[in-house]
Amino acid sequence: MNQSDFLKSVLPFKDKVFRLAKRLLVSTEEAEDATQELYFKLWRNKEKLANYKNVEAFAMTMTKNYCFDRLKSKQASNLTLVHSNYKEKDTALETKIEQRDSVSQVHELIDKLPEQQKLVIQLRDIEEYDFEEIGKMLDLKPTAVRVALSRARKTIRQELVKQHNYGII
Amino acid sequence: MELSKIEQLLEKYLNAETNLQEEATLKNYFSTGDVAPHLQEYESMFGYFAISKAETSAKPIQLNTKKKNWKWLSVAASVALLVSVYVGNGYLKEQEARAQYAEVMSTLKLLSTSLNKGNEAMASLYVYEDTVNKIFKTK
Repeated sequence: MNQSDFLKSVLPFKDKVFRLAKRLLVSTEEAEDATQELYFKLWRNKEKLANYKNVEAFAMTMTKNYCFDRLKSKQASNLTLVHSNYKEKDTALETKIEQRDSVSQVHELIDKLPEQQKLVIQLRDIEEYDFEEIGKMLDLKPTAVRVALSRARKTIRQELVKQHNYGII
Repeated sequence: MELSKIEQLLEKYLNAETNLQEEATLKNYFSTGDVAPHLQEYESMFGYFAISKAETSAKPIQLNTKKKNWKWLSVAASVALLVSVYVGNGYLKEQEARAQYAEVMSTLKLLSTSLNKGNEAMASLYVYEDTVNKIFKTK
């Protein structure tokens, strides 16, 4: 597999990888680094890629695992401050979103969800994968994916209703 | 799309029983901006999903690490060049100095041999003078 063949097969889902990484790592810079790192890994393992029926699902699984590793090492080294630093950089984007009908509330609500529900929402409601694929990516049975997704959707909706009714942000 | 149908779909949606097509229908409905007031929380949700999906990574992917190495290589090369210019310059100066030294030395040698020749000639003159004096005294 040469470089252009490789890129042809993996570049179409680059933004999906990036968005998944951003969902988990929060900051754009970190998500970009993670995306770069993931493509390095894929490139180094390019001979094995032919063995995978679904390279995209494989890449998403790798992204998820890589981001979890990053989060773990961050927690281990107590770099929680870095997290808040990055948030400030994103304020421009956040205000942009805020202008559009409080959609940023949804962002925060998803951020508060348990990791698995966060992933399921990202993969289903944003990237629109089917349950089979999500199950493969997260190593879950499709029914478990449904359960997590249902919980996540209900939580987000409930919180939004609460905030709209009582004016709490 | 009738409102009752949307409400039905939303019920299924919350239970994660909708398929991708039905979810597309919902996304479509909530992107029109004409949403029933009691469903506004869904408008925020689906609006957020649409915005998120549009986000892209601006950074291009690089597969070659060599580029980074080239940077370091150029730094190393420039350092090597500087060092070699410095050392070479010193060597050149030394060579020049040696050449000048050799030239001066050969000139001095020439001078000294000429002087020696003069001395020898002088020595024979002295001998001549001595002899002359001897002759005149003995006279």
